[in-house]
Amino acid sequence: MQVPAFEWIKNLMTFTLFLQHIVNALSLGSLYALLAIGYTMVYGILRLINFAHGDIFMIGAYVAFYGTALFVLPWWASLLISIVFTALFGIGLERVAYKPLRDSPRISIMISAIGASFLLENLAVLIFGGRPKGVEVPKVMGQVLNIGSVSFLGVSLFIPIITFGLFVLLMWIVNGTKTGIAMRAVSTDIETSRLMGIDVNRVVSFTFGLGSLLAAFGGIMWSYKYPQLNPLMGVMPGLKCFIAAVIGGIGNIGGAVLGGLLLGIIEIMIVAFFPTLSGYRDAFAFILLIIVLLVKPTGLLGKRQAEKV
Amino acid sequence: MKRIGIGIVALVVIALFAACGSSGEKTVKFGVFEPLTGANAGGGALEVEGIKLANELYPTVKVGSKEYKIELVIADNKSDKIEAANAAQRLVDKDKVHVVLGSWGSSLSMAAGPIVKQAKTPAIGLSCTNPLVTKGNEYYFRVCFLDPFQGTVMATYATKNLYAKKAVVIREVSNDYSVGLAKFFEDSFKSLTGDENAILAELNYNTGDTDFAAQLTEIKKFKPDVIFAPGNFTESALIVKQARELGIKTQFLGGDTWETPEFLDVGKEQVEGVVFSTFFATEVPITETSKIFLDAYRKKYNKEPAAVTALGFDGYLVARAAIEKAQSLDRVKIRDEIAKTADFPGAAGVITLNEDGDAVKSAVIKTVKDGKFTYLATVEPPK
Repeated sequence: MQVPAFEWIKNLMTFTLFLQHIVNALSLGSLYALLAIGYTMVYGILRLINFAHGDIFMIGAYVAFYGTALFVLPWWASLLISIVFTALFGIGLERVAYKPLRDSPRISIMISAIGASFLLENLAVLIFGGRPKGVEVPKVMGQVLNIGSVSFLGVSLFIPIITFGLFVLLMWIVNGTKTGIAMRAVSTDIETSRLMGIDVNRVVSFTFGLGSLLAAFGGIMWSYKYPQLNPLMGVMPGLKCFIAAVIGGIGNIGGAVLGGLLLGIIEIMIVAFFPTLSGYRDAFAFILLIIVLLVKPTGLLGKRQAEKV
Repeated sequence: MKRIGIGIVALVVIALFAACGSSGEKTVKFGVFEPLTGANAGGGALEVEGIKLANELYPTVKVGSKEYKIELVIADNKSDKIEAANAAQRLVDKDKVHVVLGSWGSSLSMAAGPIVKQAKTPAIGLSCTNPLVTKGNEYYFRVCFLDPFQGTVMATYATKNLYAKKAVVIREVSNDYSVGLAKFFEDSFKSLTGDENAILAELNYNTGDTDFAAQLTEIKKFKPDVIFAPGNFTESALIVKQARELGIKTQFLGGDTWETPEFLDVGKEQVEGVVFSTFFATEVPITETSKIFLDAYRKKYNKEPAAVTALGFDGYLVARAAIEKAQSLDRVKIRDEIAKTADFPGAAGVITLNEDGDAVKSAVIKTVKDGKFTYLATVEPPK
């Protein structure tokens, strides 16, 4: 005889299903984290929300794609080339679009960022074409791994590991090197650090390069996980990772990682526990942002900071 | 002195415009209303191919003793409902086209519906299958079948050929086409199995989503016999791919939107074996026009055409024939002639429009085999 209530609970979740959801969530969340770090670093230094960050992510993915598709390079080579190219591209973008405005009101530089974002998207439509492209996923990354009945892609295992590695590396750069000290000084007060003999331009370029490098890496990993490129692919991830950075406390690298993971877990778990709400997944990401901002306006790990006038 | 100068410039400009206007008198304008960028760009490009091919083969139309050149005015609706409304408005207001062709994607066509109706400009949908595109709009027609039929076709295939008893539906909740088709499939599947609970679950995603792991992990729990996933090819290819990666081996069923090169390109070997319904298969040419179309297409592109390309070809021909019959460039008269279209031999089948402006046609079932779309069966419409 069937007991409906019991059936319902059994159907709700089994342990392996739960594990599968956790694996899905971690791999999505660490991808978000990777991108959120870039937002947070640029914000930390310049108090600028780099709206073009999502588009830099897209460019990274496209460059890697053309590296393998057009020039028949092995995937790791096009990955490296793409990362270097995108880092230089990010530095160039800062020189052209943001540096001339550094002493203007903050709103002007933000508008310039939005403009840069639209410019890059439309250039990509022109150059790469509007039709989506399928990516050739390297064997290691596209391989399906099984542990018990939990299955995941090679890339899904790779992403959290590399995100953690990069996080540790970044913490070391920021806290343990001379450049890091300069970065922290610039983020506290640009004028004073200039007086102290810090080359602000160099620090800003370095930050943009680092942020764009992470974006490119995120973009390539994204294209291995979801092997489809289109010129607007950076818009939604860009927005979500911005949210992740804000939730974690913008300007704080650990906060960005935390925010990214949290966002990934919530997105997956919403669908896992409330399948009927699966269409409202993005809405929940934004609701979460509003709640966090209401309760803790500086984000989870953000420090309260007196506004400079 | 300065003012006179401006006046002269203004006059010259006006004269130039007037000259353009008079030289444009000899052409008939067909507005091509298609997504050329964004998520639906792959589909839009296929239809444009068909329209352009038809334009190359039949570049003129005769009205009275005058031979008019048919000019294609291409407007990109950017796969976006708001942009679609803007593009349609531009076609009827600024370009003053005589007929609108398109769009791939029912949502986009529906965005243009009120605009063409208000401008009294006839529009011919090529592969938009949602009933609401033409319903209550005497200016919108279409040369393809409708989703209630397509839903029945797939439900019948699932129950009769695959002996499926339980199904799960995963739909693109922000897409009218997907939601509509999902509903028609569910209704039909329930009545064919005689089981009210035959649909185990209905899961949603949004246009532009890339991660479906959570939804698919849910589906894994239900262990359905088939998964019906009507939706855009970009998301659908990723859904099938991610399902296979999660170890779901269940048969996937889809709709006509899957037949694009991008679907294969993104899905690769993971989309092998999926089954979907569409309009036309090159393996079974139906009319004389089919042969003309296939020959011309193969010669020009050196590949096999997609079904929606044939429909693009047909839409152009139906519009051209209507102008020829109307013997006028008056938009309302053209509309009346399109409405009367009967037994018209199109490339993708014989077209007879019913009172709603919809074509009643057979459907074709295809699968993916060795990285190619392959013909499985033809299903006739209910008489």
